[in-house]
Amino acid sequence: MSAPASAETGAEQGEGHASDERLAPRSPLRRLLGRPELGSVVGALAVFVFFSFAADSFLRASSLSTVLYASSTIGIMAVPVALLMIGGEFDLSAGVMVTSSSLVASMFSYQMTANVWVGVGVSLLVTLAFGLFNGAMLVRTKLPSFIITLGMFLMLTGLNLGLTKAISGTVSTKSISDMEGFDSAKAVFASQLTVGGVDIQITVVWWLALVALATWLLLRTRAGNWIFAVGGGQHTARAVGVPVARTKMGLYLGVALGAWISGQHLLLNYDVVQSGEGVGNELIYIAAAVIGGCLLTGGYGSAVGAAVGALIFGMTNKGIVYAQWSPDWFKFFLGAMLLIAVLLNAWIRRRAEANR
Amino acid sequence: MTEKPSGTERPEAAESSADAAPLVELADVSKMYGNIRALDGVSLDVRAGEITCVLGDNGAGKSTLIKIIAGLHQHDSGELRIEGEAVRLGSPRDALDRGIATVYQDLAVVPLMPVWRNFFLGSEPTKGWGPFSRMDVAHMRRTTHSELLRMGIDLRDVDQPIGTLSGGERQCVAIARAVHFGARVLVLDEPTAALGVKQSGVVLKYVAAARDAGLGVVLITHNPHHAYLVGDRFVLLKRGTMAGSHRKEDLALDELTRQMAGGSELEQLSHELERAPVPDHLR
Repeated sequence: MSAPASAETGAEQGEGHASDERLAPRSPLRRLLGRPELGSVVGALAVFVFFSFAADSFLRASSLSTVLYASSTIGIMAVPVALLMIGGEFDLSAGVMVTSSSLVASMFSYQMTANVWVGVGVSLLVTLAFGLFNGAMLVRTKLPSFIITLGMFLMLTGLNLGLTKAISGTVSTKSISDMEGFDSAKAVFASQLTVGGVDIQITVVWWLALVALATWLLLRTRAGNWIFAVGGGQHTARAVGVPVARTKMGLYLGVALGAWISGQHLLLNYDVVQSGEGVGNELIYIAAAVIGGCLLTGGYGSAVGAAVGALIFGMTNKGIVYAQWSPDWFKFFLGAMLLIAVLLNAWIRRRAEANR
Repeated sequence: MTEKPSGTERPEAAESSADAAPLVELADVSKMYGNIRALDGVSLDVRAGEITCVLGDNGAGKSTLIKIIAGLHQHDSGELRIEGEAVRLGSPRDALDRGIATVYQDLAVVPLMPVWRNFFLGSEPTKGWGPFSRMDVAHMRRTTHSELLRMGIDLRDVDQPIGTLSGGERQCVAIARAVHFGARVLVLDEPTAALGVKQSGVVLKYVAAARDAGLGVVLITHNPHHAYLVGDRFVLLKRGTMAGSHRKEDLALDELTRQMAGGSELEQLSHELERAPVPDHLR
């Protein structure tokens, strides 16, 4: 039964060769074109070259370290947000969840006069509960995640301000820098490492670790296969036995975990937390993921791409300062970059498909 | 490892299965959606090495029937028996675990994912343990290629997104997947609906190949010509009820086509079409 069928498939693909030799003509360049992060890497190189010329101090080691730090604070969240988007969902509450997480840690430690680590632990539980709430609402109600997390975003924004004012009387928390456990917690979440005479913020390590973990998860585990599947075809995934609800809950827990790491850094780096912070950051995370090649509709993207997207944000953010331009232009540049990146990604994907 | 070796433990083909309990049996099954009776008193059986065709027009209840067998919906009354045992399937996973694999017309694969990821979706083989458990990617790539080759699909590249394959090939991949994972009952939802003549032929050949491998097949279609080519039993649905149940030897294609098209309704339609007087404004 095989002969006519293979003749047919061969004819359809317009290939005359016999079997696996057909794989050879696909050059490494072609294979590269098929990667979702390619557009963002090209974009990052362009931004890097641009600021290298535009700002004299951009190439100094200390400047690059600052750029990496700025990128890592976005990247720690952009990576789990990218996984969530590959899984076909949004989280608009991701930005304020970071603030909520640090507020919980700070206020719990301060009000209970507990060790800072207790606050950090309680914050982990509470933040995961936020993620669980998002995920459970989504799975239970089957409403669009845009709406559910928009509600969560507004509620958390209100809670952050309202509870902080009610408990500490002002819009910021009290300093916890003299409390027990502060130094060791700071060492984990907000210290600096010196590598070859250059100070590297520990958030960069967290960021890279998350990228590695997420990439491994996505490309080499069953869970990764399920993430692509629930984003690319939820009903198909369910029909072949993929635990769709569990996968989506897991993705929201991942975002919550990122928010917790980010939040603890925010608190331990500055001792105090402003309760109004974080609003708007959720869109930056989403933009970084999209620049990195994630499809808004789900089912396609990469963690490395999201990390490179975050790097573009970091370079632009600090590059503008080093070039001594008005930082007011930052958002304009980002917006333009987002559009260019999306167009570039779409173009590359079309080329990649055509080349197959 | 959830992968089962294919080709083992399968009952022998048609001859021996006639007296054994059917693989799947529906007895007087009904299903309500709110106050709408989608399915009313439908009975059918699926035997190893046989193809049971379910025919009906749009809205006849074919999809509802599939969803009950596939575990997406539960029936309200009557009995669903799998190898003689009355069951209620709680989820598609439940159905899969009992050896029932369903290939949906539009839901067969995830288009953006590579062929090998699709092939093993939901049943990925792993190696390593605990937190280091990972997919056995090399094995998955190799198996996908060889299993598809066995079904006569010679892919250049198992890494290409499955959406780049033709509709017929995608159906075939889905069927090959079900066979590979040791499904004993294959439920096919309109596998030829969106395909051209040639592609339909290719798909029907795989359906026949699955039958010859000893699987019980449920083929849902509204094309009596396709059904008659491969079917052993025919169940006709009309507005949620059974309009007929026949074995192939008791039924000619013309009769099947006639019944399928609504019998007397079709005759009346052809009558109307022939004799329709030309309306005044078209004269």
